Amino acid sequence: MSQQTARPAARAEIQAVPLRHPGRWVGAGVLGFVVIFLVQGWVANPRMQWEVVGEYLFSPAVLSGVGTTLLLTLLAMVVGIAGGVVLAVLRMSPNPLLSSLSGFYIWVFRGVPLLVQLLFWYFLSAVVPTIGLGVPWGPTFVQFDTNMIITQLTAAVLGLGLHEAAYMGEIVRAGIASVDPGQTEAAHALGLTRAQTLRKIVLPQAMRVIIPPTGNQVVSMLKTTSLVFAIAVPELLTSIQGIYSRNFQQVPLLTVACFWYLVATTVMNAGQHYIERRFSR
Amino acid sequence: MTTLVRAEGVHKRYGTLDVLKGIDLELAEGEVLALIGPSGSGKSTFLRCVNHLERIDAGRLYFRDRLIGYEERGGKAYELPDRAIAAQRVDIGMVFQRFNLFPHMTALENVMMAPVMVKKEPKAEVRERAHALLARVGLADKAHSRPDQLSGGQQQRVAIARALAMRPGLMLFDEPTSALDPELVGEVLDVMRDLVRADGMTMIIVTHEMGFAREVCDTIVFMDDGVVVESGPPASVLGDPRHERTRAFLSKVL
Repeated sequence: MSQQTARPAARAEIQAVPLRHPGRWVGAGVLGFVVIFLVQGWVANPRMQWEVVGEYLFSPAVLSGVGTTLLLTLLAMVVGIAGGVVLAVLRMSPNPLLSSLSGFYIWVFRGVPLLVQLLFWYFLSAVVPTIGLGVPWGPTFVQFDTNMIITQLTAAVLGLGLHEAAYMGEIVRAGIASVDPGQTEAAHALGLTRAQTLRKIVLPQAMRVIIPPTGNQVVSMLKTTSLVFAIAVPELLTSIQGIYSRNFQQVPLLTVACFWYLVATTVMNAGQHYIERRFSR
Repeated sequence: MTTLVRAEGVHKRYGTLDVLKGIDLELAEGEVLALIGPSGSGKSTFLRCVNHLERIDAGRLYFRDRLIGYEERGGKAYELPDRAIAAQRVDIGMVFQRFNLFPHMTALENVMMAPVMVKKEPKAEVRERAHALLARVGLADKAHSRPDQLSGGQQQRVAIARALAMRPGLMLFDEPTSALDPELVGEVLDVMRDLVRADGMTMIIVTHEMGFAREVCDTIVFMDDGVVVESGPPASVLGDPRHERTRAFLSKVL
């Protein structure tokens, strides 16, 4: 009985007239027109000085700025990730002093604006003129001028990296917390020590959760490095500023900066996508 | 026969809740013991105390005449450091209700990890043994599969092989078939039965499989509300229970 009623109905193809969406077409048309108008105005604007953009796009000063930006991003992320792992492990320590110290660090370094932190490290020598190795309140074995150690580059790496560590600490902690406690129990039951369990069992699984936001942090760090123009580290934005302060072609040169930032973030996004696919297995 | 595990007045508290209220128990080498009882009776907790996944609050718990998780000097118990506790666990294998295989490793890597990592045994030798163990639990062809490609029964058999790879003197089973689909229970019980018959493995099994307990175990311990109510050979505890609580429990599960 059911064969007679259900089957033919299921087989009959529906020859419906598709629903029209005139509103969407109008919206797309209007927006498309606005975009074309703006791009045309920008590209065709004689004051844009496209030949200046072309002249500086691959100039040695700009390329060296790009190199410094990439180097800063790399160093700051290395400091940030290493610091983040330490902070996360401390935060999860059974010792209340260690865990609250980690919490305090995260509170301070996330609470103070990065630009303020960068300036703080840069001007450290004003209050700490020398840095030495020795016994606290006792004899000092070696001593350096603070300005020799905290150069503009180290101030930038410290400022960016220590700030980043606070964020990475929370990311790593969330990753570790996402691993099923049964994994730790199984590893302990097999005779692994706590350190072995963390290294071999917990961290590799935490990676799935840690990597996607870390990728975002890298891309974000690349852009954030532009803040170090405040302490005159010769990265991309500082180089660009140096050029336009001489020739007053601000917008064309900032267009050059935009181009390189976009190239770098696009490459990084592609890399992040690839790494995420590898670790999500 | 030598005593492998000895519990004397073992207590365990979670906050204000007394989970174990003085457990006395002895397990001889080669003996197979089943812990049965209603959920919340403390049987899994006691099992987890045996390899110090839970620390006990009072009483004494010995494995091969050594205090578990503590060291006794001059009548005082001292907590053992992480490394020493890990070393004690090497000789005690454990199988969990939810398998807890390491998902980022293949079946073979799961089995090989601990002997290489903890016992520092040569890799080639361990690999050979791991293949043999996987073959023994009927999974020779699954060596390179990851846990998420295996059924629950297959995962639990890998977990048993993983524990056996350490050549433990005692195996703990925490409800090993409770998370399995009914048709997969048999394959895991077959492996456990073979362990008893062929190896004479000493085991403590927390289980709801009464038929299996009756067939394989030397001793049945019935726990309720944190105490041992009744223990003895299967024929007496399951066949002729003396306590009302045992009878009430068995009437529900048998």
